[in-house]
Amino acid sequence: MGLAKRIIPCLDVTNGRVVKGVNFLELRDAGDPVEIAKRYDEQGADELTFLDITASSDNRGLILHIIEEVASQVFIPLTVGGGVREVEDVRRLLNAGADKVSINTTAVLNPQMVKAAADRFGSQCIVVAIDAKKVENQPFEWEVFTHGGRKATGLDAVKWAEYMVSLGAGELLVTSMDRDGTKIGFNNPLNKAISDAVEVPLIASGGVGNLQHLVDGVKVGGADAVLAASIFHYGEYTIREAKEYMAKHGIEVRL
Amino acid sequence: MSKIDIAVVDYGMGNLRSVSKALEHVAPAKTVLVTSDPDDVAQAERVVFPGQGAMPDCIRELDARGLRNAVIAAAKDKPFLGICIGLQMLFEHSEEGNAAGLGVFKGSVKRFAAEDMVDSQGNKLKVPHMGWNQVYQVQQAGSQPHALWQGIDDGARFYYVHSYYVQPDNEAIIAGYSNYPNKFTCAIAKDNLFAVQFHPEKSANAGLQLLSNFVNWSPS
Repeated sequence: MGLAKRIIPCLDVTNGRVVKGVNFLELRDAGDPVEIAKRYDEQGADELTFLDITASSDNRGLILHIIEEVASQVFIPLTVGGGVREVEDVRRLLNAGADKVSINTTAVLNPQMVKAAADRFGSQCIVVAIDAKKVENQPFEWEVFTHGGRKATGLDAVKWAEYMVSLGAGELLVTSMDRDGTKIGFNNPLNKAISDAVEVPLIASGGVGNLQHLVDGVKVGGADAVLAASIFHYGEYTIREAKEYMAKHGIEVRL
Repeated sequence: MSKIDIAVVDYGMGNLRSVSKALEHVAPAKTVLVTSDPDDVAQAERVVFPGQGAMPDCIRELDARGLRNAVIAAAKDKPFLGICIGLQMLFEHSEEGNAAGLGVFKGSVKRFAAEDMVDSQGNKLKVPHMGWNQVYQVQQAGSQPHALWQGIDDGARFYYVHSYYVQPDNEAIIAGYSNYPNKFTCAIAKDNLFAVQFHPEKSANAGLQLLSNFVNWSPS
């Protein structure tokens, strides 16, 4: 037996609460972040990811406070992303208790920031998030988008992933914009193409609607970890049920 | 000056909050001090030596703060727990940046070899080795199971994130191993010292149990 595939629940946080939107509209309140983090930890989550989806920087202090509180009660790895613009933001999040920081839009605007952060804090804590969408009018299949999927960049997602790893990204969080919120499953061809191209672990995100999607994400998409939000937040499945299902389908998990 | 129960050695590399929070959680009555002062390290009853980042930088920063001798002394004379790079730095040499370590133990630190990185089904294995892997405890010849493994199942999963592992010359100090895909040393023990490659502070109940065992450990 060896390394387990990870299940990572994702908590979107705004104004101090966990919320879940449908295509970024209609945010529904899903509860208190600390309570939810503790519940997932008890169910056997392998890591937790917090995305600060508050658009304004006014609430930046709030996510730091939440991370501090979670980090003093939950002893599994915590990743935080959303609005990370400079190396100083990374330092603040790590000091608050984050183990990894996820960088998305800034990586595109200023790739050297990824290198500076990895050089200073180590690749192990630098996750680059890639939002990708299938495109027809380009010489490649999947294009990188930023600003929550609104802005096209002209970048080939697979090449971009390789470049980010060369600058020091220790892990990639790949979200399919086509699948996010659809519940029809991960974009496995996209994940497989990136996973095969890089040496670092890949977290698949976007589109999970049932437990078979998690299995396919690993077996078909080559993901090292699977991230999901809504199937866990509203109690459709517990983390434990997801892990038991994966184990039954021959995937090594931490039970 | 008040008594320091546990000093967490801070040499400016990465995040020590997780380590100190986890120690405070398992030992609420103890004083846990994150410190870069060699005198604190010398006076503390117990020392935790964590680490993140690249080993050459860690050694450089350790020296910049004048901590080298205090750490080497603590590793020889008081309950001492090394974590991750804090394990690797105890050895003579690392392939990472061709760096010299503290040389408390003979042996070297090696990178997972690219040509070995496939599992039994032929799937590619990623580096860093990141996530939860099983830890098999090694009982040292003629002795009881180590006090720091108490209450932890053999094969329990701990959280790892690293690209290098230690290879001690003296196999008698090996206290645990994991497989990725080949067997590698993930824990060493000698007298008052215990050091691990995984992160007990991030390994949920198994990790908290190990930290609790360390806080209550009286090496004979």
